[in-house]
Amino acid sequence: MKYLIVCCLLVFVSCKNNKKVDEVFNEEVVVEKINRDDIKLEIYDFNGLEKFLNQEDYNVHVVNFWATWCKPCVKELPHFETLNEKYKDKDIEVLLVSLDFPKQYDKKLKPFIVEHNLKSRILVLDDVDMNTWIPKVNKDWDGAIPVTLIYNSKKRQFYNQTFTYEELENELKQFLN
Amino acid sequence: MKYLKFITIIAVILFASAFTISNNVSGEKGYDIGDIATDFKLKNIDGKMLSLADYKDAKGFIVIFTCNTCPFAVGYEDRIIALDKKYAIKGYPVIAIMPNNTDVMPGDRMDAMKARAASKGFTFPYLMDEGQKIYPQYGATKTPHVYVLQKTNKGNIVKYIGAIDDNYKDAALVNTKYVENAVDALLGGKEIKDTKTRAIGCTIKIKK
Repeated sequence: MKYLIVCCLLVFVSCKNNKKVDEVFNEEVVVEKINRDDIKLEIYDFNGLEKFLNQEDYNVHVVNFWATWCKPCVKELPHFETLNEKYKDKDIEVLLVSLDFPKQYDKKLKPFIVEHNLKSRILVLDDVDMNTWIPKVNKDWDGAIPVTLIYNSKKRQFYNQTFTYEELENELKQFLN
Repeated sequence: MKYLKFITIIAVILFASAFTISNNVSGEKGYDIGDIATDFKLKNIDGKMLSLADYKDAKGFIVIFTCNTCPFAVGYEDRIIALDKKYAIKGYPVIAIMPNNTDVMPGDRMDAMKARAASKGFTFPYLMDEGQKIYPQYGATKTPHVYVLQKTNKGNIVKYIGAIDDNYKDAALVNTKYVENAVDALLGGKEIKDTKTRAIGCTIKIKK
């Protein structure tokens, strides 16, 4: 009896595997389309980035500062992706501002974007003079990441914290009314 | 069955949010310039317990919250060693404290700290903030995070809080060496120009 079950399982697994091959093959084709070499990073110093923190339009802007080396950032990143996906027909814009080191752009950041299939717009901030630009993002920010800024034409809120998806969506909703 | 699933999901959400809330309420503000910094008794990489009070001849301290696992902290290691070499003999030794929860960051465990200190040749103590009681009192939020203290009759007074310098990428391109300027000012009996600076760093890891 035991053998029978094992055999059944094996058959089952191998069937599944066959199916997987097709799927994997298809996936590979898709992956190849967004090859990491094709990714053009939008790299800014703070002067260049500042306009994204002060856009005067009808949208709600959700700006998250993160890096691939920042464990809590990576953990909450899917929530921003979900938000971006769920609200793509609404007037919201999710911006993921990476603080990765320039020498890691090709080695870590681009592979990360491909691997996690990030759909939100990614900006890269490369500006060493942190003591000057950090307080311009928010006067109470001392530089630990992740942090998130949500703003529209009427209000602006800075979050020195990590989010669960529910928390993030609740904050966004306060800007949608 | 459906109800059970529903209840389980609700329970999980409640459970998770309860923890998130408790984390946000930790709310200790930490030290400002002029405050008296607490001493501590923390385990060093040599296995001995160490306190600031053990340094009878020190004029002050360069306390740096740092760790093995943060790229910013690692990027500053050579400069931290240089600070200790330059200022320990002048009375301001570097005291490095590793503030992370090691369950969250296994790369910061004591054996890893020892290995890192040995391979880099740390000339200063590298202490474990076991139980994570000290960093919240200082108000450290990230690694690296520096506190320059001046020893007085009243205690160790916080004189500088913030970054080591203004270029994390390249030590050769630094314009302002904040910590060196602060300690030089203290040694020369002058006013510190920048008493608080900011820099990007890795959040200190706590258990969720």
